Amino acid sequence: MAATEQELSAVFEQTIAADQRIEPRDWMPEAYRRTLIRQIAQHAHSEIIGMQPEGNWILRAPSLRRKAILLAKVQDEAGHGMYLYAAAETLGVDRAELTEKLIANKQKYSSIFNYPTLSYADVGVIGWLVDGAAICNQVPLCRCSYGPYARAMIRICKEESFHQRQGYELLLAMVNGTEAQREMVQESTNRFWWPSLMMFGPPDGDSPNTRQSMAWRIKRHTNDELRQRFVDMTVPQSEALGVTLPDPDLRWNEERGHYDFGEPDWDEFKAVISGSGPCNAQRLAHRRRAHENGAWVREAARAYAEKQTAKRTGRVAA
Amino acid sequence: MTERGSWPLYEVFVRGKRGLNHVHVGSLHAADAEMALHNARDLYTRRNEGVSIWVVRAEDITASSPAEKDPFFAPSGDKVYRHPTFYAIPEEVPHL
Ligand SMILES: [Fe+2]
Ligand SMILES: [Fe+2]
Repeated sequence: MAATEQELSAVFEQTIAADQRIEPRDWMPEAYRRTLIRQIAQHAHSEIIGMQPEGNWILRAPSLRRKAILLAKVQDEAGHGMYLYAAAETLGVDRAELTEKLIANKQKYSSIFNYPTLSYADVGVIGWLVDGAAICNQVPLCRCSYGPYARAMIRICKEESFHQRQGYELLLAMVNGTEAQREMVQESTNRFWWPSLMMFGPPDGDSPNTRQSMAWRIKRHTNDELRQRFVDMTVPQSEALGVTLPDPDLRWNEERGHYDFGEPDWDEFKAVISGSGPCNAQRLAHRRRAHENGAWVREAARAYAEKQTAKRTGRVAA
Repeated sequence: MTERGSWPLYEVFVRGKRGLNHVHVGSLHAADAEMALHNARDLYTRRNEGVSIWVVRAEDITASSPAEKDPFFAPSGDKVYRHPTFYAIPEEVPHL
């Protein structure tokens, strides 16, 4: 007495409408599953690739304190990647398969990680702006309709707050330092401001999947809504730091109750997303190398585990 | 698709503090149970989230079917007399 697809679909729609969570073994439309796999994989890849720009500075941290903080932060990002791959696996894909797709350039990751980190101020600005934008994106995902994704996001959001605060504190230390340090912070802000705004994705008119994702309650807000929220939150923070956000059109709009701001360069966004950003090739090559260099470790550990099992079961049999 | 070195999936359960049950927190890959414990510590308890960890091979878990209207749970559905509120007791009777 198997339920028809129509009945299953009705149950799925009811669950979504009641704002309940879909769990791994529930029936779900194929397109819902595909959308989630793509989004979660992309998100996981971003966390993993995202370790590189900051990892670049671990060995050159200016003090032991900063080094310990940066190390912990980068380790968290690895953890975020693992939580997310685990969530994706509940949808019936294999982590190894997703990694293969990443290094074969068949799945994307956030465009922001294709920009280089040129000074230690970048560590602070990434924590402040990039993790800040990520938080804006991720907080609503804690209520995403797919249970494992939502739970991973709750875990991640708890840890992100440390990321943003350590970045901001680093910047505070620098702007209270020498003139050269203040200039470093401004220069870094100039480079990261626009790419951070692009993290929310293309403008709503150019984001064909948003409507369906919102109907499925995977997404709760449009790209432009989140971008506006980020700008509104960030401007006062920039004023407290005494840095200028590099946008001549940025001003408070009394009528709207929001900041007006300029249009990011969407041609640059498209170019970076499709592979021609300043660091795309380097990021992928690094990830590929790490994966290949780790192959013998994975194989050796597996062989050791098999040997141990054989020994144990051999003893039991004897 | 699985490469030669691929590791099995483990489900991870963490006891947050003494007095609480172990609660499922997620999963991870490891070559064996001991490595799964170490990875679980690094992945799920970086901020003192646990005092004890269980790991179980995912394939060793037997689960009920997930649907909420599952007939599997029907036996408990119609037994209201299992709940204390089923019994009417005069209000003046104390401590019941
Ligand atoms: Fe993260
Ligand atoms: Fe982060």
